[in-house]
Amino acid sequence: MYRYDEFDHTLVTERVHQFRDQVERRLSGELTEDQFKPLRLMNGLYLQLHAYMLRVAVPYGTLSSTQMRKLAYIARRYDKGYGHFTTRQNIQFNWPKLEETPDILAELAEVEMHAIQTSGNCIRNTTSDQFAGAAADEIEDPRVYCEIIRQWSTLHPEFTFLPRKFKIAVTGADHDRAAVRVHDIGLQMCRNEAGEVGFEVIVGGGLGRTPVIGQTIREFLPKQHLLSYLEAILRVYNQLGRRDNLYKARIKILVRSEGIENFKRLVEEEWSHIKDSALQLPEDEIARIETYFAPPRYECLDDTVREFEVKRFEDRDFASWVRTNVTAHKEPGYAVATISLKPTGKPPGDASAWQMDAIADLAESYSFSEIRVTHEQNLVLPNVKKADLYALWQSLRDVELATPNAGLLSDMIACPGLDYCNLANARSIPVAQRISERFSDLERQHDIGSLKIKISGCINACGHHHVGHIGLLGVDKKGEEFYQITLGGSADENTAIGKIVGPAFSYDDVVDAVEKIVDTYLNIRSEDEEFSDTFRRVGLTPFKETLYAAH
Amino acid sequence: MSVQILTANRLGDGAVVYRAKAGGWTERLGESLVLATPEDAAPVLAAAETPQASLEIVGPYLMPVDNSGGQIRPVETREFIRAQGPSVQFGNGHEVENTPLSLAG
Amino acid sequence: MPLIKEGVLVEDLWQSIADEEALIDGPVVVSLERWQSERESLLARNTPLGVRLKSDQSPALIAEDLERLDLVALEFPKFNDGRAYSYARLLRDRYGFKGEVRAVGGVFRDQFLLMQRCGFDAFEVADKAAAEAWEKAISEISVTYQPGADARRPALALRRNRPAA
Repeated sequence: MYRYDEFDHTLVTERVHQFRDQVERRLSGELTEDQFKPLRLMNGLYLQLHAYMLRVAVPYGTLSSTQMRKLAYIARRYDKGYGHFTTRQNIQFNWPKLEETPDILAELAEVEMHAIQTSGNCIRNTTSDQFAGAAADEIEDPRVYCEIIRQWSTLHPEFTFLPRKFKIAVTGADHDRAAVRVHDIGLQMCRNEAGEVGFEVIVGGGLGRTPVIGQTIREFLPKQHLLSYLEAILRVYNQLGRRDNLYKARIKILVRSEGIENFKRLVEEEWSHIKDSALQLPEDEIARIETYFAPPRYECLDDTVREFEVKRFEDRDFASWVRTNVTAHKEPGYAVATISLKPTGKPPGDASAWQMDAIADLAESYSFSEIRVTHEQNLVLPNVKKADLYALWQSLRDVELATPNAGLLSDMIACPGLDYCNLANARSIPVAQRISERFSDLERQHDIGSLKIKISGCINACGHHHVGHIGLLGVDKKGEEFYQITLGGSADENTAIGKIVGPAFSYDDVVDAVEKIVDTYLNIRSEDEEFSDTFRRVGLTPFKETLYAAH
Repeated sequence: MSVQILTANRLGDGAVVYRAKAGGWTERLGESLVLATPEDAAPVLAAAETPQASLEIVGPYLMPVDNSGGQIRPVETREFIRAQGPSVQFGNGHEVENTPLSLAG
Repeated sequence: MPLIKEGVLVEDLWQSIADEEALIDGPVVVSLERWQSERESLLARNTPLGVRLKSDQSPALIAEDLERLDLVALEFPKFNDGRAYSYARLLRDRYGFKGEVRAVGGVFRDQFLLMQRCGFDAFEVADKAAAEAWEKAISEISVTYQPGADARRPALALRRNRPAA
């Protein structure tokens, strides 16, 4: 993991002092709320429906046990005993006090964390593959470049007041777990013909009101030019992105109106001036950051672990968990374990302080003290010996964290929705809960197979509904909560935007509608065909027919 | 026709508050000052938008309520949730202070 | 408007002339439109000249003229319209402009550091109190991670020069 040196420590500490001063100026009346709001947002502090909300950055989703314990402590000491993991791989506290926020930030700084740029029209936390460093299908560990981007983008003087927020994702694997095609910039690590590793640069993707799949602006970018190329894209966007209409301000709108070819010409022209500037990454700097992400000291193990196989044979529940929540590791004898934060009937992504503490302990015992946050709102222990999986699973079960549903229907993404959010039109969490209760039979979920349901409480699409196999979008119809359903979306390397199936369903009817869609799929799928493949084959029509058939 | 009350969040801790009948701000919806007409509401809102008021509260706005039967009830789902807290259990149901409240109506 | 340069309030020697106003003696700042339409007569005056750019007017529009100008004022119609940060970078880094780059409009102390890092060296502020906060505002964050148009050395350069442990 990356460790702060004196520069990083100084910056984060100074930032806490700066914010403490800003809070004091607000409380004393020296700053108006209008002046203060952008300053607090720049430190991740929102005002939500019930209270303030603090969004803490988890850079590229990597946490240490020490950091997780600190989050648990903050949840207990400053909040209501829990936190909410988000689709940006961050964590949100829903009840902090403004007066105590500088203290929370000081606590975070102690463990090399912060809330810088988790809001505002700036470059947000860079996200990545939750299996980075452990995935079997990886070219290189993308977190090295995420950290380089984190530093470059932190308090970037030129890009603090962009037209709109700006999100970057990096993946090092062929199978895209970071949704790089629906980010403002997506970086896909790849090799050129000479075998050198660099990036395919994708620009102008995004969800929100206008979902757009990003386009490739450069097939291959050598590593040393990463920052200059990003700076060129940002500089073009900062000058030309629309500022007259909030909903047309993201880079995707600019790329679309310019056309990718013209946009590329503008970027490359800008880049030609800065490519050989001080932004060029020296090889020794890349190497320096790489040392932080050096693999942990894996033991030399056989990939076939007898006791693991025996337990899997003996214990059906364990086998079921392994089937869904355990993924192949690049090292023989090791595995990646996903901790589901989606127990039946609970808010997706929530973890209580005592669960966070337990996870910190388990990571220490079984995963080199490392934890990952996934954009699907789960946690991951990336480096578990297969021989330890059974003990890990038993411990997870004790703290209600062993739900065997990763990738299944009940592993839903849901935004906080109208239960917390100031922008929402409808609730998301209770809809997710009711769906997971309706499908609480895990055998049935296994039979249904890989199915991603994503729920957003408003058009801003924090719940990524556009890229759900089944997407639900909450809308307000004359004061009533309704849900528009889209089908066929996907966030992986076959990114697709879902299609609206028809008129929206009421809060009461939406779960029945989801069940009808699932049943329709089960009726028409060919053997072993996943939902998204069936959809690609048959389109909307059969689903429309069952959903809107006259009674 | 529905009447209105004035709501905001408290500056220091962000809590949902309402302009109180007795003056000042209250966390209890039932103690709100009911504003029968837009003419009644305008000066109350204006007073909450002054620099002085901003030392106490953030983001004041008027919200419609139903006060038939002597009880003040929000009209919008959003304001029900704001008044009662999230409609869902949170923190996975452990170590939390609040219990979920079902939405009325 | 109070003007801050090098951290202190200074007398503004420049007159900003609105388009409908007649020119006066001494250093003047005019709009881009006026500069474009009265370029020859403005140059003939032989006094210091400045051009004021709106936030949708890139300095690329006056790149050819910069050596004849002593000041470029960049407008912030709102503090959160950040285009002029890039314009300042272009003026300094791309065009090598050595004259005054002045921030006008929505200019507050919490932006001084960012502006200075992008190459601004003069700041028109709404009230004089901002000048008292100057020193703190530009020094409260001492670490920079990116090269800018200022003299601060980014962490990368400092790390590379650090004696080996």
